[in-house]
Amino acid sequence: MKRYLLLCLIFVAGIAHAQLNLKVTKGVDNPTKIAVVPFSWAGGRLSEDLGKIVGNDLEFSGQFEAIAADRMLSFPRSEAEVHYRDWKALGSEYLLIGSITQQADRYYASYELFDVVQQKRVFAKLTVDGTEAQLRDMAHHISDKVYETITGIRGIFSTKLIYVEAFQKPQKYRLMLSDIDGFRPRMLLETKFPLLSPVWSPNGQRVAYVSFEVDNKPAIYIQDIATGRRQQMTNFRGLNGAPAWSPDGQKLAMALSKDGNPEIYVMNVLTRQLTRITNHFAIDHEPTWSADGSSIFFTSDRGGKPQIYEVNVASMQQERVTFDGDYNARPRVSPDGKSLVMLNKRPGTTHHIAAQDIKSGNLRILSETNLDESPTIAPNGAMLMYATRSGGKGVLAAVSLDARVKIIQPPKQGDVREPAWSPFFK
Amino acid sequence: MITKALKQGLTLAVVMSFLVGCSSSDNKGTETAPTTGTATTPAVTETAPLSNVVYFDFDQYSLTAESRAVLLAHADKLKGASVAVRLEGHADERGSREYNLALGEKRANAVRDFLVTQGVNGSSLEVVSFGEEQPAATGHDEASWAQNRRVEVKY
Repeated sequence: MKRYLLLCLIFVAGIAHAQLNLKVTKGVDNPTKIAVVPFSWAGGRLSEDLGKIVGNDLEFSGQFEAIAADRMLSFPRSEAEVHYRDWKALGSEYLLIGSITQQADRYYASYELFDVVQQKRVFAKLTVDGTEAQLRDMAHHISDKVYETITGIRGIFSTKLIYVEAFQKPQKYRLMLSDIDGFRPRMLLETKFPLLSPVWSPNGQRVAYVSFEVDNKPAIYIQDIATGRRQQMTNFRGLNGAPAWSPDGQKLAMALSKDGNPEIYVMNVLTRQLTRITNHFAIDHEPTWSADGSSIFFTSDRGGKPQIYEVNVASMQQERVTFDGDYNARPRVSPDGKSLVMLNKRPGTTHHIAAQDIKSGNLRILSETNLDESPTIAPNGAMLMYATRSGGKGVLAAVSLDARVKIIQPPKQGDVREPAWSPFFK
Repeated sequence: MITKALKQGLTLAVVMSFLVGCSSSDNKGTETAPTTGTATTPAVTETAPLSNVVYFDFDQYSLTAESRAVLLAHADKLKGASVAVRLEGHADERGSREYNLALGEKRANAVRDFLVTQGVNGSSLEVVSFGEEQPAATGHDEASWAQNRRVEVKY
């Protein structure tokens, strides 16, 4: 049954949504110090402070410490005005300067990066432009460029986050989209019934999720993020859960219990043809694809406790993957295909996020918070976000894959959960 | 209607006296399901209401002795009756949200299968799972979790 629904909800402008506000609680031991000079701007009031956004972005990685503007001894606008001693005195290793100009309704941000220790310019002046509404995008773009230049790792500051916000009295659930720093939250869907398991399509244009909105029963939907147009993909008896896009975006793995028991299936998104992957009387659930799409990892309690298994999609051969702990569930594969991130519990402890090296089987606990769940990995593989509880509220937290950086959202109104980190755009 | 209720109470009393005899040996230490009032009170009177909730151990979907006793009484009421029954499975908040939906469904399925073996018409039983989405108790401790690992028998 094909169902196309146009949601007008997402076009409702002017509704201010609470914004996530994630704070670094633990950074690397010796963060790289960078001075981001307030960007020069000859006009009147500008709606965004680009230099500040870039500084915040870099600090959000946990690998940088941005020097506060009120400690700066000078505010250079060009290379000629840069005096390295001013920045050495502050212990700064890098210096970013920038300027903003306007032509008609377009803004142009030019920026230059300097290495204070080696006293040389790192890259020649670059310019990014956009409308006033894109000023934050321009800042995130600059953050990505600076981060990649210094660390050699692609930056994630232009990526997005989808998450679920739950409210009590009256009960309602919202599917939210925001910048990765939590700013510019936008509602994609609101329903009175449970909403969970959002996942981005590999091209970043669509989201699949599970909603109980029809008859208070779970069904899988796909929604186009830009237009809000959506399709109900499944309407089977029983569980319709845990959608997962194949790397080529053409298939959705999912768990269905239409034959009486939760099993893994793969659906062709276009034709909706279903292929059954598992057949076991135990729970088989939470499929996720390997990086190359050749196999599917999933949770199964066929051994008595939930553990992660891998099934090769061509041969259908199955193999248990996790052995450390009495509870391993909700797997996600790192972009390089080498690590498995999941929910882990060892006997006598609480649930934590853990990473396992797929080849060696070595498992490391990454989180120290309580009631952790739903890990989602950044597309550069350096960090992951997950849901946890703090101050009686559901909050989001993040941790670097080497566990050196820890970030948490202070508890606020509503319960925030089910984070889904977008892929890189374009 | 009144006679039916009386009959139900009597059935429960019989079940209870049977249960009291064997439940002590079935005790599993720390993973105790909360008392449902009717299920663990030995002095069941004819007016004791039949609990419509059965509870489960952590990460388990097998029926406890207490649950079977409660379900036997329901089966007795439902046998031969053409009543639509909704079995709503739930889990506590710990662990994975999706996995908990499966757990809730497995629990509701266990209740359905038991009722069917007791002669209840399977086609009148509908299974739904809410996982951890609709907790009965909202605390974040074992007492609340024990109340949330449940199947609600609704008719």
